[in-house]
Amino acid sequence: MTRIGLREFHSFEAAGQRYLYLVPSAAVFALDGCSAAVLDCLAEGPRPVDDLARELAARFDAAEVTDTIAELQRVRALGRSDAEPVPTPKVIPLKPVPLQTLVVNVTNQCNLSCSYCYEYGEDKIVDTENGKQPKFMTEATAREAVEFALRESRDNPRAHITFFGGETLMNFNVLKSTIAYARRRAAEAGKDIDFSLTTNATLLRPDVIEFLADERVGVTISIDGPEDLQDKFRVFNNGAGSYAIAAPKIKALLARHRSRPIGARVTLTKQTLDVRKIYRHLTGELGFWEVGFAPVTTAPGRDYAISEGGFDHLLSQFRDLAGEYLEASLQNRHHGFSNVRETLQEIHHGHAKAYPCGAGLGLMGVSTDGNVALCHRFAGSDDHQFGTVRDGVSFEKQQQFLQSHHIAGKTDCATCWARPICAGGCYHEAQTRYGSTNQPNLHYCEWIRGWTHTCLEIYGELAARNPSFLRQFEDEEFSEEVS
Amino acid sequence: MKHLTPVNRKAATVEAVTKDVYALQQQGGPPQQPDPPHIPNGCSLVFSPGWEADRSGGTAGLCQPVERDLFDCHMGCFWPAQVPDQLNHAPDWTAKCAAAQKDWRKIDLIFPDEKKK
Repeated sequence: MTRIGLREFHSFEAAGQRYLYLVPSAAVFALDGCSAAVLDCLAEGPRPVDDLARELAARFDAAEVTDTIAELQRVRALGRSDAEPVPTPKVIPLKPVPLQTLVVNVTNQCNLSCSYCYEYGEDKIVDTENGKQPKFMTEATAREAVEFALRESRDNPRAHITFFGGETLMNFNVLKSTIAYARRRAAEAGKDIDFSLTTNATLLRPDVIEFLADERVGVTISIDGPEDLQDKFRVFNNGAGSYAIAAPKIKALLARHRSRPIGARVTLTKQTLDVRKIYRHLTGELGFWEVGFAPVTTAPGRDYAISEGGFDHLLSQFRDLAGEYLEASLQNRHHGFSNVRETLQEIHHGHAKAYPCGAGLGLMGVSTDGNVALCHRFAGSDDHQFGTVRDGVSFEKQQQFLQSHHIAGKTDCATCWARPICAGGCYHEAQTRYGSTNQPNLHYCEWIRGWTHTCLEIYGELAARNPSFLRQFEDEEFSEEVS
Repeated sequence: MKHLTPVNRKAATVEAVTKDVYALQQQGGPPQQPDPPHIPNGCSLVFSPGWEADRSGGTAGLCQPVERDLFDCHMGCFWPAQVPDQLNHAPDWTAKCAAAQKDWRKIDLIFPDEKKK
């Protein structure tokens, strides 16, 4: 007698409705009474089909139960218990993937000395102070980076360049001329091109703001919250806080620059773990459209590292703020907690990721000397280099990277239901924590699962109560934040 | 589907791409593999799949116990194995071995007959 049992999925409930998040397909299905009953019956272990029908006979027609089982098998929520587990298919791109975003580090210098900085702090992987790279990218290298971005975008009609640092605006002159050059070259190549940058806001002079607004440059501001939180880590090299200088400039930017939504990007540490307070301040007082949060990247044991218990605390704060997002979304009001929006977008599309991010695929980083690496956080590191903007990247190196970093090789992730969305997490975080980009980030698994579960509930709630809200996520092309 | 409602885009894709397969299955479908899959029972023309390794590459599901290899090589197969000459020299070398799997230890060792030389 054939026995059937549960396959991999994560169930959740929202708006009184039961849902399945299927793994590894990342499909979300709503259950009816019969399918929920079948899954409940199988929760204790595999059983013969007839046995199931008999047990459910009082509540459901036998034919209905058989139908339901067939449907659940069809979406792979159920399977025969004697079937061998299907290994994760490992498909590596056979030809170069078009580049979507090139992150150009126009300088590795910064006018701030944030003590947690991954580029200058205790956990840096590239010697930015006394290393071989120039402190500022030259205009010639920047132009080569533009050519590289256009060339590697291949058949894509659009290229995107993100300027990064160091403090990006310390090399404003090169940035400015590069944008002009890139617009001209993109027009010649018949492509659209757009730009964004990340800055600490301290160098936003009126002429810079004018330029960014006129050129429709997307701006992300690194800021940690109100004065007391911002000034804990985001300080000048004499130790003075940066809030008093940054805040008025941010207000001026938000007042003038209306062509693109401007987001804040917050680094959370053990000492500044107050998500709601930070969100209120940044949206209410300063007027940001969106705020995204990320725990600080650090080796374990650093004073500012978020410890085990801290992640639980962080999750409960995220959940509170996500609750506000849900309330607002049910009433079709905007809420700027971008971590939820991004996760909902991922859930809505249901991409099952083979890699945690686009690094080395559709995204690469360029260091000040024109070396092309995995992403901006690795730009300048010889170990993570794929080539140069002059000579192009080695497809072979890229292939090797993709071979060794595929989710199929991450055995720790093999039984986790959140792997379609997480796929092991940030390479740079892993490099900092474990000394290898190959490692999954096991220190935040619980947090990722907790957060994904929360977002699934929000998604289910919206799907049941305000499905039209989800239509905004239909757009296939969405920009991913770089931080 | 009646009992499951696709909610996200991937779910809609799963429903769409499995539609044809599902319909075929419901009608009895295309010819199915017998269950469990066919296991060869003797030598093929050139190779003898299933003697050395089973279909999954292991030895748990061999079509014959490995101990029987000796007999298959000796009697039924062309596979050249070092076995005694059963016709002239050692007709009884397997006499105590009724079932190879159980009794293979009882197969006689054959030595050259010094006296007959």
